[in-house]
Amino acid sequence: MKKLSLSAKIYLAIVFIVLYAPIFYLIMYSFNSGGTMNTFDSFTLEHYQAVFEDTRLLVILINTVVVALLSALVSTIIGVFGAIGIVSVKKARLRNTLLSLNNVLIVSPDVIIGASFLILFTMIGIKLGFASVLIAHIAFSVPIVVLMVLPKLLEMNTSLIDAAQDLGASKRDILTRVILPYIKPGIFAGFFLALTYSLDDFAVTFFVTGNGFSTLSVEIYSMARAGISLTVNAISGLVFLVTIIVVVGYYFVTSKTKRKVGDRA
Amino acid sequence: MQTKTSKGALFPYVIWIALFVIAPIALVGYYSLLDLQGNFSLENYKTFFSSIYLKMTLSSFWYAFLVTFFALLISYPTAYFLTKTKYKHLWLLLIIIPSWINLLLKTYAFIGIFGLFGPINAVIEMFGLPAQQILFTDISFVFVSVYIFIPFMILPIFNALDKLNPTLIDASRDLGASSLTTFRRVILPLTMDGVKSGIQVVFIPALSLFMITRLIAGNRVITLGTAIEQQFLVTQNWGMGSTIAVFLILFMVIIMLVTGQKNKGGRIR
Repeated sequence: MKKLSLSAKIYLAIVFIVLYAPIFYLIMYSFNSGGTMNTFDSFTLEHYQAVFEDTRLLVILINTVVVALLSALVSTIIGVFGAIGIVSVKKARLRNTLLSLNNVLIVSPDVIIGASFLILFTMIGIKLGFASVLIAHIAFSVPIVVLMVLPKLLEMNTSLIDAAQDLGASKRDILTRVILPYIKPGIFAGFFLALTYSLDDFAVTFFVTGNGFSTLSVEIYSMARAGISLTVNAISGLVFLVTIIVVVGYYFVTSKTKRKVGDRA
Repeated sequence: MQTKTSKGALFPYVIWIALFVIAPIALVGYYSLLDLQGNFSLENYKTFFSSIYLKMTLSSFWYAFLVTFFALLISYPTAYFLTKTKYKHLWLLLIIIPSWINLLLKTYAFIGIFGLFGPINAVIEMFGLPAQQILFTDISFVFVSVYIFIPFMILPIFNALDKLNPTLIDASRDLGASSLTTFRRVILPLTMDGVKSGIQVVFIPALSLFMITRLIAGNRVITLGTAIEQQFLVTQNWGMGSTIAVFLILFMVIIMLVTGQKNKGGRIR
């Protein structure tokens, strides 16, 4: 195969620099003792200290994490059962309809999801706040879980279930000892994606959050609208760190499970 | 027996579909038919077809087109060169990581970078030119949007290029095709699916993003998304907001039909 030419390497390098420069720019100024993102005065950790001393911000951070974990958990449960249900549907037409409906929320723009959920919650009478944000996050995470679990279910050999049945396993045993272990990598990937979708979401939350409740994205938005505050930079430093840890952690966990599955096969 | 258990498993999922997929769309359609007093009317649709909203829709499309075009222009070569690197999946991961950093933080970075005293203006001043107002212009809006969407465009194109059988390219070369012809007649047609899904994941959000317009473009650029947010959360005119949402959904369906893949099973495998 042809080697990359020098100009191609330079092109790639420029793309990488442009992609990462704004992020490192943000993080660099989070250590700036001056109050701006223009001139670097001297090194300080005071902005990080400010983040950890700001109880309001910490509450928002906890809110964000709690919503993410709870919504990922609930949507994983609904999504896994949904995927199992979809696979059991034998009629091709019904199955395709379910799949198309599943994909509606994935392709819909966030603004539409946010606006329509706002209408829905006001109609049903759910108070805007923690509950509405949590329900919205569960709702838009379910289809992702389904999409992650479905391929695993489809590649599973149905004779495994027949064998378990013949050997006298109850329905419950079949689910917990045959199906779930087999699709575990898919469940894990779905949970992880649901988690990141929830942590990352701004637009939907912005619509359904009401006054008293806020997540990190919404808070960053209102802070950024007020102008530059190096506290936001410190937050991005922390977010970057956590993202890297999660990516590396996820990489290791998935490569491990992959190896395990490979061993078993 | 087994199917019976599984049918039971479908129950919460079907409730989810009814409540959060069908009901919201129906409600948006319903609200689009209500005027400010809550009476049924086609007033909102009439307003939408007035010159202000049509102009806004057109400009929203124009900006989304620009964003998609530049994102594609930058992403295709990037994806192509990436497939040729050693450790290509590691490099791809490095391209994807920025897309996992919160969108608002990245947008916020550009408030500093494009600011009157920011680094870009420092460079401009080094050349002896006066500092420019970069923030709150449409150029800054397009730039930031392209920046944000590049990883999403690269990913599907990379996957399409990665699946491409290299012997086809060799064959084309052996048969005497120039590099350009090989690209135009072999590589591009075979990776068109990747390009299409790339366009899909960039164009629709580019029509509807509202925080970039708010933070970076001031009120210079108004997309359909900005208009919906404005109607719902500022003006509190849910009827008009829903009408714009109905049209955004329509545009989305059209775009999906145009860029949709023929082998539907391909995406959900």
